[in-house]
Amino acid sequence: MRVNFTVNGRPQQADDVWEGESLLYVLRERLGLPGSKNACEQGECGSCTVRLDGVPVCSCLVAAGQVEGREVVTVEGLADFARQRAEGCGTGACGTSLQDAQLWEARPSHRASDSQTGEGTELSPIQQAFIDAGAVQCGFCTPGLLVAADEMLENNPNPTDADIREALSGNLCRCTGYEKIMDAVRLAAARQGEAV
Amino acid sequence: MPENGAPLGTPTKVTQGTPTKGGIGESTLRPDGVLKVTGEFAYSSDMWHEDMLWGQILRSTVAHAEIVSIDTGEALATPGVYAVMTYDDLPTDVKNYGLEIRDTPVLAHGKVRHHGEPVAIVAADHPETARRAAAKIKVEYRELPVITDEASATAPDAVLVHENRTDHHIGHVPHPNIVHRQPIVRGDADEAAKRADFVVKGEYTFGMQDQAFLGPESGLAVPAEDGGVDLYIATQWLHSDLRQIAPVLGLPEDKVRMTLSGVGGAFGGREDLSMQIHACLLALRTGKPVKIVYNRFESFFGHVHRHPAKLYYEHGATRDGKLTHVKCRIVLDGGAYASASPAVVGNASSLGIGPYVVDDVDIEAIALYTNNPPCGAMRGFGAVQACFAYEAQMDKLADEVGMDRVEFRRLNAMTQGTLLPTGQPVDSPAPVAELLRRVKAMPMPPERQWESSEGADVRQLPGGLSNTTHGEGVVRGVGYAVGIKNVGFSEGFDDYSTARVRMEVVGGEPVAVVHTAMAEVGQGGVTVHAQIARTELGVTQVTIHPADTQVGSAGSTSASRQTYVTGGAVKNACELVREKVLEMGRRRFGTYHPAWATAELLLEGGKVVTDGGEVLAGLADVLEGEAVEVEAEWRHRPTEPFDLRTGQGNGHVQYSFAAHRAVVEVDTELGLVKVIELACAQDVGKALNPLSVVGQIQGGTTQGLGVAVMEEIIVDPVTAKVKNPSFTDYLIPTILDTPTIPVDVLELADDHAPYGLRGVGEAPTLSSTPAVLAAIRNATGLELNRTPVRPEHLTGTA
Repeated sequence: MRVNFTVNGRPQQADDVWEGESLLYVLRERLGLPGSKNACEQGECGSCTVRLDGVPVCSCLVAAGQVEGREVVTVEGLADFARQRAEGCGTGACGTSLQDAQLWEARPSHRASDSQTGEGTELSPIQQAFIDAGAVQCGFCTPGLLVAADEMLENNPNPTDADIREALSGNLCRCTGYEKIMDAVRLAAARQGEAV
Repeated sequence: MPENGAPLGTPTKVTQGTPTKGGIGESTLRPDGVLKVTGEFAYSSDMWHEDMLWGQILRSTVAHAEIVSIDTGEALATPGVYAVMTYDDLPTDVKNYGLEIRDTPVLAHGKVRHHGEPVAIVAADHPETARRAAAKIKVEYRELPVITDEASATAPDAVLVHENRTDHHIGHVPHPNIVHRQPIVRGDADEAAKRADFVVKGEYTFGMQDQAFLGPESGLAVPAEDGGVDLYIATQWLHSDLRQIAPVLGLPEDKVRMTLSGVGGAFGGREDLSMQIHACLLALRTGKPVKIVYNRFESFFGHVHRHPAKLYYEHGATRDGKLTHVKCRIVLDGGAYASASPAVVGNASSLGIGPYVVDDVDIEAIALYTNNPPCGAMRGFGAVQACFAYEAQMDKLADEVGMDRVEFRRLNAMTQGTLLPTGQPVDSPAPVAELLRRVKAMPMPPERQWESSEGADVRQLPGGLSNTTHGEGVVRGVGYAVGIKNVGFSEGFDDYSTARVRMEVVGGEPVAVVHTAMAEVGQGGVTVHAQIARTELGVTQVTIHPADTQVGSAGSTSASRQTYVTGGAVKNACELVREKVLEMGRRRFGTYHPAWATAELLLEGGKVVTDGGEVLAGLADVLEGEAVEVEAEWRHRPTEPFDLRTGQGNGHVQYSFAAHRAVVEVDTELGLVKVIELACAQDVGKALNPLSVVGQIQGGTTQGLGVAVMEEIIVDPVTAKVKNPSFTDYLIPTILDTPTIPVDVLELADDHAPYGLRGVGEAPTLSSTPAVLAAIRNATGLELNRTPVRPEHLTGTA
């Protein structure tokens, strides 16, 4: 079957999709967006978390056919999404202007950037905070956590620690013991508060 | 360079010059951080190639059986299928692999020895096509009796898991179903026992833990025009893989070119091969690139686990609280194939009494061959199981003696100079008592944190949002533990690393390029390599070359060894580059300034300076467009094997110590545990990157927490089949299960190691588990001799 949907503000079309394929498979294997990770395929680990019409979902549990006509945001689009939200688009899912879309590419090779500090790369506040707080080790859980944490901060700009733990309880991390992830979310929230 | 007269490769303590920005000791950020937060970092499961096929493995559905027949006809006839291979299709006489003992068949031959053993492989144009085709392969099994524990393994009429063993352990084991046995005897434990005023005995059980790294086993094999293959893979040791892969394929090692892909965690689970050979076989058979990605279910069958263990201990002490003797017997279940079992036995036995002074010890550790899932390396590697048991014993004995549990440990704590049971002196700081003091001195988390003006916040309580209690029946407990882990490969292993360092001028700026085969699995080795290069070469820009087999071996990313050994190799190579650069400088400019000949010269801020700070030349001028490159192996001081009868020998390189204090709250009515805080104090020698060090400690601590209260692979004792191979049924700690983990880092230099550093990664995984168990015992008054603890163990309904 053919599936038409919007990913990170850009219309996408996937052809020859087998009915059993998940949204995760289509993103990773058909659309060249491997940022969303496959670690359990049972909705237990959250590594594949994306926004579907604004709602965080495990994309491994969403059949590709279910996203027909809908909007998906993945970690690859998180920076643009957060920027648009900051610029006043309420949900952040207002689409990308043609001019921006033409500039968009998965790997911003044209931009000189520092792979270590993020300087020169456009990052969302939560992405920057994960780098700064040391919340990334192997990084496999990171994309899902970023999408989930960004969504929480969108709805709850001043979370308590208990709020953060509750919001991220569907995302497994095996490397960090979560402490630096807590630090990163607190940091992003604090920076967000300062910016207002 | 090493001091005069010292052999090449001898570690030097001197850190050159003033601290370099971004050098060692700073919490510089990961070089791969941005790629990882933007989703662009390519993990092995993200590899993609035009025209690639998908590989699938068919695994045995029974634990122990003869294979009567395999019918691949229907699978081969499936549209979209390019190849189906079984044992009969293997191209050479080398059909087995293994880390130490090559006892593991690439594909089952006549027999399967554990549930989930690979029997056949399929390549097809879609992963679902490959899965369905594999399901069409008909395998007829004739089941054999299963060996599941020590009694069934060593019974006189026991079926042998491996007939006709020829490995080098068979000569000294008491039964062919025992992989390896290591006794360690020092002093006279029986005689010393007579001096004991108190003796405690205990029998402990340690469940089977899974590494549960999040990035599944995966990789891409691309056949090359020269008949070789390029393999992009997630592993812990490229060259060890290569040594095992190439002979099975019938290729020389230089025709199997391996590149490390992004690795989604490892924790020991990637020391053994998984899909490497299978992907290469299918790629060479079909002439097409083949990608294999395990799903989580398969991942639980696709790698070894932590050895479950039975541990039998006897400790004695005098009335004034001094340990008299320890006797122990540690039985590790190695499962169907040897993997790292012999080395795990070596660790469990040599570290079997923990970081204490005991002159009279009688230790025995064995690993069994059974039909349970193969077990091998996991973070802590044999020392974890022992620590769980000896720390439980120390609590029991302290109670018998009538001493405070921490003070009892401190009284018996080893110090620098203490002899291990192997007779080897601990010849670097061993701040065991100090770590215990520090962790005890940390402020306690407040009581009844769940209480608020609006009633109980159930999220803070055992049971959480299940709303099972508002504080009724909830009891707090506190527990302590400390452990000792060896760093690096022990027992005489030639544990070297190689580094290639190049210095050149790019765009007017001196740049160092560091090329090693070190597997970055998340630990941050790449961060540390760049820091070392900055410190040693005085440059700002460092490029980390991707890890591959085009450079010499970096050894394994395990045993907490990479910062020590490959870090040491990078430091050594930088020192050699520095010498060459200074020689060039002397040649070019030596006549212009006497300091070139007379002064101690340093590289700082892109310049050659004297130790007095005078600038002699810019590196760009010295190099003049030339590049300086050095590739060199580096070794830590050698170790020796343990004597097979007495266990005596200087087997270890270095030690790492951590202590934990666990605070738990237990809903005693329902048996639910919430760990409130898990504080850790650890000596790291020198924190090359403090942020990463703390991250390692917190991560290791959490894996210890997991096996204390939830993580266990359940193997059916009758069928030896795995019952919970998924994240739905095998639970690892979520962010709700994990408490705050305050960390106190101590830095007492080990003079034998580069910069005085100690390996960090494993020690926190040891003491975390017994600290949590001690806290639960403290809360409940129960004995709790097994881990993990489940609710039924606390409610008496087990």
